[in-house]
Amino acid sequence: MREMIGRKIANGKISGEALVTTQGISFFGGVDPATGIITEKGHELEGQSIKDKILVFPQGKGSTVGSYALYRMKKQNTAPLALVNKECETIVAVGAIISEIPCIDKIDISQIKNGQKITVGATKAKIIIE
Amino acid sequence: MHLTEQEKEMLNGAKGNAVKKSMEILVALGEIYGAKKLIDVTSVQIAGVSYDNLGDAGLEFLSEMAKDGKTKVLTTLNPAGMDMENYATLGISEEFAIKQKLVIEAFTKMGVIPTCTCTPYLIGNNPHYGENIAWSESSAVAYANSVLGAKTNREGGPSALASALTGKTPEYGMHLDENRNAKIKIKVECEIKGTHEFGALGKVIGEKVKSKPTYIAGIKKATIEELKSFSASIATYGGAAIFHMEGITPNKTPIPNEEIIITKNEIEKAIKEMRMDDCEIDFISVGCPHASINEIAKLAELLTGKKVTKEFWITTARPTKKIADSAGYTKIIENAGAKFAADTCCVVAPIKGRFKCLATDSAKGCYYAYSKNQSKTKILPLEKLVEEACE
Repeated sequence: MREMIGRKIANGKISGEALVTTQGISFFGGVDPATGIITEKGHELEGQSIKDKILVFPQGKGSTVGSYALYRMKKQNTAPLALVNKECETIVAVGAIISEIPCIDKIDISQIKNGQKITVGATKAKIIIE
Repeated sequence: MHLTEQEKEMLNGAKGNAVKKSMEILVALGEIYGAKKLIDVTSVQIAGVSYDNLGDAGLEFLSEMAKDGKTKVLTTLNPAGMDMENYATLGISEEFAIKQKLVIEAFTKMGVIPTCTCTPYLIGNNPHYGENIAWSESSAVAYANSVLGAKTNREGGPSALASALTGKTPEYGMHLDENRNAKIKIKVECEIKGTHEFGALGKVIGEKVKSKPTYIAGIKKATIEELKSFSASIATYGGAAIFHMEGITPNKTPIPNEEIIITKNEIEKAIKEMRMDDCEIDFISVGCPHASINEIAKLAELLTGKKVTKEFWITTARPTKKIADSAGYTKIIENAGAKFAADTCCVVAPIKGRFKCLATDSAKGCYYAYSKNQSKTKILPLEKLVEEACE
């Protein structure tokens, strides 16, 4: 078990399976909000679902409408359980807050492997890898 | 980030859910960008109004915020996806119209003034030099920082709404003088004239320096309409929040040593890129950013006694349209067969696939026609647009 300390972006505590990418994610246009499946052509995670995963990625990219897309996914139960970033930016930060998805950044995401069970305790800015 | 007792209460939910959510957004952004505190704003402009961009998710969020959210400062709205009164003539479906009206209702319930324009500075939301404001709409941000000398970051829709409901914004970026200074000098070695050429200049500079603040020398004069076109273009093609234009804009800045020279060649090349081959004009649009009363007067003069043979939209703010009505311009323009599309614009209206070749004087309009609406483009000066329309 390992612990990492980052910075809190949006409150909440939750455990789940990590889905990791080294590439940025665009939540508007890059993910199908009806299913949670990544649709961006050539993306490392193309064809994979982010639904109910602890989504680990460097940062968001693309249109600011991406914040609303996260909100829509949360309402439709296709959103990730939590978001872990290297460096959070406006789209993901605002999206996580309005959707009430726990979010934490300033994490060395290269230390997290696909499929690992991790707990995100955003309120204390802590993640635990089991 | 330091919060006052009152701000802590707002964050803890003592002032309701919309204020709590708003404070969470502002505090998170403040932490991310290293703000030390929140500051008061006096004016807000909110983008993200068209149902075409918001979808049901955006509408749901706005309706949630409207349950107990109320604006604390002057707050105006970006264009909607349609003319709110005259949408059927412009080919907008009833289904879209119902959703768009719900979006506007949610904003109005919160106390937002439904101006539906990207040029708030032309219709009464016109902050003065040094005023701290929170605006989204990238063209208006560049205009407010650069031409008016007000101070705003490039907000997104939700963060601007958060500022409207709290009257606050985190103090970082454009609110701090050191970040507003020019980083690179641009020497323009040719005459730039007309909204289309100013748009082309914005594209050239934006593509070269991205979002860096620039000090632009060599422009002898510029009208409000030309500055509006330039602001839209430099923000679209590069992402700049501020520029300085020697002898024209009011902000003070040290003049950078690094210099880029721009010649007639580069302007012509940019125009050529936006004046595409194999493009049979089927749509003409003026008013990106929204047409001023002066541009409408000019169009009325050019269209007197003429008949247009192609779909021709003039997009503008409704108050500007009302002035055109009483001045008699609307009658002349509509008699010629051109249409007013108030409250909306070609960037946010749901017109993807409807037209194959847009002719416009706007470089920003060209960018979105091509990237969002899959239309080719022909950039032309205003006079030429009318000539093309009446062919």
